[in-house]
Amino acid sequence: MNAFDYEAPQSVDEAISLLSAGNGNIGILAGGTDLIAQLKEGRKIDLMIDLKRIPEATALSFDEDSGLSIGAATPCSQIYGYDVVQSRYPALVDCTSLIGSIQIQNRGSIGGNFCNASPAADTPPAVIVLAGTCRIAGPNGTREVAAEDFFTGPGQSVLQSGEFLISIQVPTPAANSGAFFLRFIPRNEMDIAVANAAASVVLNSDKTTIQEARVAIGAVAPTPLLVADAGAALEGKAVDDEEAIEAACAASRAAARPISDMRGTIEQRIHLSGVLTRRAIQGAIQRAKES
Amino acid sequence: MPGKVHVTTTINGESVEFLCEPRQTILEVLRDQLDLTGTKEGCSNGNCGACSILVNGEVIDSCLMMGVEAEGQELTTIEGVASADGLHPLQQQFLEHAALQCGICTPGFIVAAKALLDQESNPSEERIRLYLAGNLCRCTGYDKIVRAVQDAASEMAE
Repeated sequence: MNAFDYEAPQSVDEAISLLSAGNGNIGILAGGTDLIAQLKEGRKIDLMIDLKRIPEATALSFDEDSGLSIGAATPCSQIYGYDVVQSRYPALVDCTSLIGSIQIQNRGSIGGNFCNASPAADTPPAVIVLAGTCRIAGPNGTREVAAEDFFTGPGQSVLQSGEFLISIQVPTPAANSGAFFLRFIPRNEMDIAVANAAASVVLNSDKTTIQEARVAIGAVAPTPLLVADAGAALEGKAVDDEEAIEAACAASRAAARPISDMRGTIEQRIHLSGVLTRRAIQGAIQRAKES
Repeated sequence: MPGKVHVTTTINGESVEFLCEPRQTILEVLRDQLDLTGTKEGCSNGNCGACSILVNGEVIDSCLMMGVEAEGQELTTIEGVASADGLHPLQQQFLEHAALQCGICTPGFIVAAKALLDQESNPSEERIRLYLAGNLCRCTGYDKIVRAVQDAASEMAE
């Protein structure tokens, strides 16, 4: 590992000053499970900025009006261990509890999962269907970007030089709503998604009709994708409308633009996009019925 | 050339100070500077768990934590698992079950299993296997290890 300086700012402003004073060759440290591994593989930085002393970057809180706020440096295990997440945001438990090992979950953060911007990242699809936003700090103040608009390519995001991700904001779930995330891997744990998918639905008061729906898929395109056509296919349809669910699956298959690699082929990933979309929708409907 | 950083931390219940370069992992600091060589280096990229330590009671891979991050934290390594009275039940049960051959993975398994048993007194076999999925053994297989953890849990519950 090449030599670098280390700073642990205690405020957002201090972090912004460090970012703008640097030469741009900076590594932002949260849990380190991607960054430190990359440094060992030869990535060179001049400055490491550790976010974990910044209160906003590690806060995990819920408010009925403003929803859930997850500091970017919050590790996965704190997210799935938070009682509000367990009771109100089970789709976030789905995704954070299957990333890596316990050792990785105790360090790896949701902000790191976003900023590393792997196409196969497991938290973005769930955050996208929950209509989450990314709060970004920069020299000109903070801005919010919808989770589905955060990613621009493999390893690439909308973060500009001098900016960093402070937190993920997730609205309070609507009444009669549910969300679900799942992925396909060829083993039980400790793997990277061949494909993944999440869905959220809001049902009417007697829980027979889908009023709103969102579907997102991952590992099947350069970025996680919000499949607007899949959500639209479900809206206004009965919860047991098989044609509507199949239309949503077809929309996901059409939206997928995967590559073939060591984990799967184009054909397999397109097929999985449909299968996982169906299971995510069914899981979301089930949770909405139980809500 | 960046200077060394002064770090104050707690390791196995004792206050410890050290100087390290920002590029040093806590694994390197433990082994090369503090002579706590019980923690092993395996894959060095967070897959094998041989370097598992506890930070504030949570198990992590010390190859993926910088030494400077230890400031103000409470660390437990394999050297801190036994007490003055003798081996920890996990250590004793690993011996009883012969749950090791070469032994390189053993400190990591025991530290990770300790984190589990500190949080859950009676984990199921499935829970143990899932919790220890981040610890790899390439000699003896996992059955003896899982049985050792189960028996340690029973012993600790008595």
